[in-house]
Amino acid sequence: MDIRSQVAMVFHLDKCIGCHTCSIACKNVWTDRKGADYMWWNNVETKPGTGYPTQWENQEEYKGGWVVKDGKLQLRLTSKGKFLQKIFHQPSLPTMDEYYEPWTYRYEDLFNGPERDDQPTAIPVSKVTGQYIDIEAGPNWDDDLGGSPLYARNDVNLAAMSEEQRLQLLSIETLVMFYLPRICNHCANPACVAACPSGAIYKRGEDGIVLINQNVCRGWRYCVSACPYKKVFYNWSTGKSEKCLLCYPRVETGQAPACFHSCVGRIRYMGVLLYDADKIEAAGLKPDAELVTAHRDLLADPNDPAVIESARKNGVSEQVLKAARNSPVYRFVKDWGLALAPHPEYRTFPSLFYVPALGPVTYAMENGVALNPTSTEEIFAPLEQARLPMSYLASLFGAGQEAPVRYAMKKMLAIRTWKRATEVGDVDLKVALAGLREADCDPEQAEAIYRLTSLCSFEDRFVIPASHREQAVEVLTNPLERKGAAGFGFREAPQRGF
Amino acid sequence: MLTNFLFVGFPYVALVLAIVVSILRFTWRPFSYSSLSSQFLETESLFWGSSLWHWGILWVLSGHLFAFFLPEAILAWNARPLRLYLLEITGLSMALLALVGVVALIVRRFTDRRVKVVTSPLDVVLLAVLLYQVASGIDVAIRYRWGSAWFSTNAAPYLWSLIKLAPRPELIAPLPWMVKLHFLSGFLVILLLPFTRLVHFLVVPIFYYWRRPQVVIWNRKGLR
Repeated sequence: MDIRSQVAMVFHLDKCIGCHTCSIACKNVWTDRKGADYMWWNNVETKPGTGYPTQWENQEEYKGGWVVKDGKLQLRLTSKGKFLQKIFHQPSLPTMDEYYEPWTYRYEDLFNGPERDDQPTAIPVSKVTGQYIDIEAGPNWDDDLGGSPLYARNDVNLAAMSEEQRLQLLSIETLVMFYLPRICNHCANPACVAACPSGAIYKRGEDGIVLINQNVCRGWRYCVSACPYKKVFYNWSTGKSEKCLLCYPRVETGQAPACFHSCVGRIRYMGVLLYDADKIEAAGLKPDAELVTAHRDLLADPNDPAVIESARKNGVSEQVLKAARNSPVYRFVKDWGLALAPHPEYRTFPSLFYVPALGPVTYAMENGVALNPTSTEEIFAPLEQARLPMSYLASLFGAGQEAPVRYAMKKMLAIRTWKRATEVGDVDLKVALAGLREADCDPEQAEAIYRLTSLCSFEDRFVIPASHREQAVEVLTNPLERKGAAGFGFREAPQRGF
Repeated sequence: MLTNFLFVGFPYVALVLAIVVSILRFTWRPFSYSSLSSQFLETESLFWGSSLWHWGILWVLSGHLFAFFLPEAILAWNARPLRLYLLEITGLSMALLALVGVVALIVRRFTDRRVKVVTSPLDVVLLAVLLYQVASGIDVAIRYRWGSAWFSTNAAPYLWSLIKLAPRPELIAPLPWMVKLHFLSGFLVILLLPFTRLVHFLVVPIFYYWRRPQVVIWNRKGLR
């Protein structure tokens, strides 16, 4: 047993309103720079849709994540033996066209333009070349199914559905969508770390945040291809890769990252998870059908004395252990089984979990035509009549397995019915209670889930222990060495080349 | 006098600067060590340019290094004409690959609107020198046969004399100017090495083969 602590996350998709406030908060803090201008460390996608970069889930093309080959876990990108062959040209690297070419507008023309009969306009110019650009795509141009069926139809997850279901999903009367905010998953078995030729990417032992050492990165670009979630980005100006750093300067002082803090829908939860690093490899070798369970088995019970002892041996502080016992993430993932990791079949074991969206209350009828519900019974129709096919969610969150998604959805629906019964009273309490029991839940748990979902305070959502930087290795070195530095390492301007 | 300056002074300046500046740059400006790949901006023509260039030049360079370290082996190999032709033809075709590659890279650099943005003046100088180096090498290989033979008898001893700090420029003094210019631009490449993106050649990630797949760094314990 090798227990480590991990700052982990839950995004409650039922609460996401798709406002992109998280994306803007992140952009303003971290990526508003030359070379990083196209990066969205945090982005919000509409599902079904192709996402950013386009079709990032298509691993046949991008070769992200891990595969089991000859009984061993291996990067899908390349075997170790053939590794260096791809260094001159990375065949599966997405280019700027797969993201979008960043642009701005020539606003000064509005003031400096010559006097004419018509109003001056601010033409769009590329942020790369500075030249006029005919804008063809943006980072969220599939927003709210805009551009459908172009974007929605090309969603990789639709492959898991029947032709009939696909037609229903894309026809205007039965359209359905939900939002998927995405950041770096700070995986337990990160493919980007394993793929980095220079060993520049590392996972911090104390909190599991995955970072890139900018002084060691040589721009070989393997990480960009290897990350199945496409959350490592190549800075085209500095020639270095960059990624979400989970606002570690904030997390270290017990504050929530910028995207978490600014979340309008309060969908984001952050807490500590303890996991057994010794079990990772065996879990990664499990077949697709067992991956969700294997991932949950990795996560260790913070109340188990053996776990606590092993964690202490690894230097996990008492404060972190206490936070692990109060972790909202642990409750959503392990206690309640509501939160699921995205695409577990990539075998990176993300530390970010999603509570799937129950979707619209309107449901699909037998013939595929949706009607407006006329009664409470219709509003709380059984899951089988949900408009979003379970196979779609299973492809996104269950490695193709419907059971774990169905479990979570059923429980949420049962709690919704239960609360309707207790608060409004137009559903029979006995029926609601029977529904709870059937969904492996009881009134006590239902109440706890309800409170953490709907009435959660800032402190309930973010249980972040301060990390003991005063005990870090820096204090053992010459303290004057860093005097005057900003605390983020080197202070050199990030210029291209020498 | 000129011979001494060009084939004793200049090589030493180039070599010393290459070693000293590379080390200084690695210690003081580690951030600047990068391949500065532009594949993200343009990938299709890079495939042909970069692949042909790198594979071609790697074989040619290994050939030069082999003849430098084991000149006798080359001479022994060349004892049979058939084997000599085989060696020369292989070297020449690899050099042609590199030539096609570097020309493709140059065209790409000056025609792609995005790649133009990330092109520095030193990139242009480097590409020009590399183009000359490969082109002159092919010219020498065709006109002054057989390169693998006289490299082993003249060039290798001359280069070794530089290493041993007992320079013998007279070994290459009688060679044609085209050959001498190939030497000079070779030293120019060495001189340019620490100042350009060519430093990526010094940090080829061979250590990847030995490292564990996951890297975990503990603040309190240092690397683990």
